[in-house]
Amino acid sequence: MTDPTVPQIPSLEVQGLVKDFPSGGLFSRTSVRALGGVNLSIGRGEIVALVGESGSGKSTLARCVARLEKPTSGKILLDGVDVLRRDRFSASREYRSQVQMVFQDPFGSLNPAHRIEHFLTRSLEIHGKAHKGAALREQLAALLQTVGLSEDMLSSYPHELSGGQRQRVAIARALAVEPQVILADEPTSMLDVSVRIGILNLLARLRDEQGISMLYITHDLASARYLADRTAVMFAGELVEEGESLELLAEPAHPYTQLLVSAVPDPARSGSYDPEERARLRAAVMKSSSCAFDTDPNQRCSSSEPVRHQVGETGTHWVRCHLYRPQNASTAHTVAPSTALTETQAS
Amino acid sequence: MTVSQTSFGSHDSVLEVRDLVVQYVSDTRAITAVDRVSFDIGVGEIFGLAGESGCGKSTIANSIMRLLRHPALIAGGSITFGGRDVLAMDTDELRRFRWQDVAMVFQSAMNSLNPVMTIGDQMVDIFTTHAGYSRKESLRRSAQLLELVRIDPARLRSYPHQLSGGMRQRAVIAMAVALKPSLLILDEPTTALDVVVQQEIMAQIKDLQRELGFSVLFITHDMSLMVELSHRMAVMNSGRIVETAAAKTIHASPRHPYTQALMNAFPPLTGPRRPLRGLGDDVTFGDIPDLEEVTPGHFVAPAAPSLGASL
Repeated sequence: MTDPTVPQIPSLEVQGLVKDFPSGGLFSRTSVRALGGVNLSIGRGEIVALVGESGSGKSTLARCVARLEKPTSGKILLDGVDVLRRDRFSASREYRSQVQMVFQDPFGSLNPAHRIEHFLTRSLEIHGKAHKGAALREQLAALLQTVGLSEDMLSSYPHELSGGQRQRVAIARALAVEPQVILADEPTSMLDVSVRIGILNLLARLRDEQGISMLYITHDLASARYLADRTAVMFAGELVEEGESLELLAEPAHPYTQLLVSAVPDPARSGSYDPEERARLRAAVMKSSSCAFDTDPNQRCSSSEPVRHQVGETGTHWVRCHLYRPQNASTAHTVAPSTALTETQAS
Repeated sequence: MTVSQTSFGSHDSVLEVRDLVVQYVSDTRAITAVDRVSFDIGVGEIFGLAGESGCGKSTIANSIMRLLRHPALIAGGSITFGGRDVLAMDTDELRRFRWQDVAMVFQSAMNSLNPVMTIGDQMVDIFTTHAGYSRKESLRRSAQLLELVRIDPARLRSYPHQLSGGMRQRAVIAMAVALKPSLLILDEPTTALDVVVQQEIMAQIKDLQRELGFSVLFITHDMSLMVELSHRMAVMNSGRIVETAAAKTIHASPRHPYTQALMNAFPPLTGPRRPLRGLGDDVTFGDIPDLEEVTPGHFVAPAAPSLGASL
């Protein structure tokens, strides 16, 4: 990933990012907190997956970073520079060319009235990166080639392409401006299974060959594990656990992560959990506005913020949960990650 | 699972599809979407139909419900439901057949609810239209149905937008089983939903199935999900079935290269991280031959060895 001897400034970092959406009527001043102070960093040439269910705030985070939404407070640092202070009201063109977004729906993100050529050329022109004359054609062909499409498609309309091909065009459009960071918001969830892997492989190749950093948003844990170097779990607008992907998904420490992991259909593990208990737990999760897992009356998440605990020895895996007990602790209350869920259910 | 195993062995089938051919016709040419497809669904059995978009699996579901419209045309074969010829039914018979005998939940069924009617009114409609109950009786039964899928009956007064996606999908499933059909067709019932919600809905379908004893035709491209839910399954490519067997058999020993590729299209949640290739945009097999029985109950279309290598 990165050379540990060189002090690294993350490619992209968010610090204490808060986003409140106003709700209620004209005269009421209530608001819904979508992001409750998120800290996340993405290294150069690193893919970080952000997982969680609908409504957990993953897309809001991406939209704030893309500056499609204005964060209520917090910092967004690109190469260590606070971009919210630099361009206070809207993102500069420079920022937009450095941070590009790929959306979930390739059927909605390409205007049906234009040919593929148009989308790519327009991106290049807006950012002043378009070549002139025949060189432009070469530039476009090279872009399509990077994403695994043929040059003939330049004159096609979106409706002539399959979902997978359209998503590749959307990625080519993002690549046109040579971004440093790509924010991919569920880029495969609307695609057929058979082409999903192809898109994931393409994103991995862009990381490996061009050193592009990525925030990969998904609710598909298996694809996060496949693609991302690190995975962060979002629950009710806060990151509750983060770690190296394989390690995190092998030993999820937060009960919410465990809930997510247990929900992935896997015939090999069939019957390894009790659906009744899980349904009940999930109902509790849905009802609660903060943390549904806190059962210890002295240490509720609502009254005191849980601190980060390091999990394991690698130093990359942490969890924020009062229930977490490190495995090597001498107290009788030791909770192995796999049993934490059962303990919550029992109470 | 034990319930299914017994009914699985009984050989009583609720639905028999034989050599079904469906074509989409234009003035100049005909495209065969479903090509000589045969399968049975036993009483109380969950039968899965897997394959990519465009392989013809939804067309089969629509043929069973007789929902195909021009330019789709059933060009051959037969569909028999409980001894009755579905393809010969007239309008009146069809009206009774749909919903009472066979109900279907569509892919984005949660968006098929009428946004300006309450959930209750839409449910009551089913009973008054198809079963001739009074409004009061219909309301009582609607409340029971919602309880069956663990939705508070007070929600009868809610409008669809007041329910979450998962709740709406469960409400639609409750409506589908309202008249106790013998066959429930689920066409990608959870594709638009989150994993946890999906898990919950699948568990509920299993519970309902155990309780009410209906058969299920389950259509999805998610092989893991299908293997978890189905008793028996078939894999389709280019309008033909390439392999059919007990779901566990297919999971343990997929024989056809396409089945193997489809199983490999999903990254696993355990084991080492290794590169997967997926299927590409247009993997199709030319002429898929008829199925051959390789082990009892496990049928596979012989595939040219070179095809396996090319995947």
